[in-house]
Amino acid sequence: MISEKICDQFNIVKQCRKYDLTLWQCPQFLFLVMGMVIIFSTLITYAIGSKYIDDPLLVALIVLLISAILFIIAAIITRSFERLAEANRMKSEFVSVVSHQLRSPLSNLKWVIELLMSGRISSVSEKQLEYFRILRENSKRMEELVQDLLTVSRIEQGRLPLKKEEISLEDLVKTAIKDTEIFARASNVEMKFNLARNLPQITADPSQLKLAVDNLLDNAIRYVKEKGKVELQLKKKNSNLYFEVKDNGVGIPRDDQKYIFQKFFRSGNIKRHQTEGSGLGLYITKSIIEKSGGKIGFTSQEGVGSTFWFTLPIK
Amino acid sequence: MSKKILFIEDESALQKTFGEILKQEGYETISALDGEIGLRLAKENKPNIILLDLILPKIHGFDVLKKLKEDNETKEIPVIVLTNLEGLEDVEKALELGATTYLVKTQYSLEEVVQKIKKALGE
Repeated sequence: MISEKICDQFNIVKQCRKYDLTLWQCPQFLFLVMGMVIIFSTLITYAIGSKYIDDPLLVALIVLLISAILFIIAAIITRSFERLAEANRMKSEFVSVVSHQLRSPLSNLKWVIELLMSGRISSVSEKQLEYFRILRENSKRMEELVQDLLTVSRIEQGRLPLKKEEISLEDLVKTAIKDTEIFARASNVEMKFNLARNLPQITADPSQLKLAVDNLLDNAIRYVKEKGKVELQLKKKNSNLYFEVKDNGVGIPRDDQKYIFQKFFRSGNIKRHQTEGSGLGLYITKSIIEKSGGKIGFTSQEGVGSTFWFTLPIK
Repeated sequence: MSKKILFIEDESALQKTFGEILKQEGYETISALDGEIGLRLAKENKPNIILLDLILPKIHGFDVLKKLKEDNETKEIPVIVLTNLEGLEDVEKALELGATTYLVKTQYSLEEVVQKIKKALGE
């Protein structure tokens, strides 16, 4: 058991995977590189030093002292990096556990509200129904937030499951449009589609990709001004499929644009405009698109509107 | 005679909610609050269908499912897994062990779950 643990400590690839970091961000790997640099530079210093100083023992002593100090510094820095990475990992795990625990009471709440609303327990007046709807709406919001938090913790732990299936992005977008139609109508938003036909299929995870498309559509509709217009475009562009959602909404202030894909970030002007929203949607969308091998970006002007786009490789 | 549904679920709030709606639909419900009681009640009552949560005290839902399907007396009873676990590996494992349907609690309304039960009962 103990020897296994020690072996694990020296298994750099395994340690790096634990924190879901690339090799060049991984404390253990960086320590190894630093160690090699120190040994190499020590040897060079010794070679140069012994050329100019007569007493080779003195040179060896100085070089040894310097390299020992460098090693200690490297070890301290690596250790603090490791602690940071560990704290981050534990935070993701905490969020994941809490979100899981929250799901049970939330689904209980949802079903009890449904039962009450169904009139199966006793007849429900229109006034009561109105308040039940508010309850249902809020429990749904909580459920969505918990779901988003779970997805974020999965992304951070590198555990976001991505199935690989041959899918039609065209069909997926059409379903997403259908799902948001009621929301668009209720928000007085006119939707226009420009979908190229007979597009090639792509390899992706349909449920995750649907989440990404839903998020972009939802944002476009949610942050409109009084006369909203959302235009969608799907076409082939070189060896990729290109999808675009253009709105004439509130837009993103220039200073906020660099933070827009960060988790929990919500632009100042939309907070005034809309109180709902967790600031997780675009972070999740970006992660899904990038993990699917695609690219995502946007252009935006405050008060004029935003255009969000992503590309996904055809093969 | 009304059909019997065994509900193995440790959340008493859910037992109550489902008990109510299923009673109204004309079913007889039997409640089990952990895996051990669930297995015993399945053998004793021979329900027409079993609703099974996965995270259960004493015996985990997967083990309950495995034992139900290994036992000649209970292996023919259809089992609907009703859980909050939504991992792909959990779904695959449950179906491999012989579950008829796998439902994630947050994704279905009460009425939809009732419809799934009816469908599994061939109604």
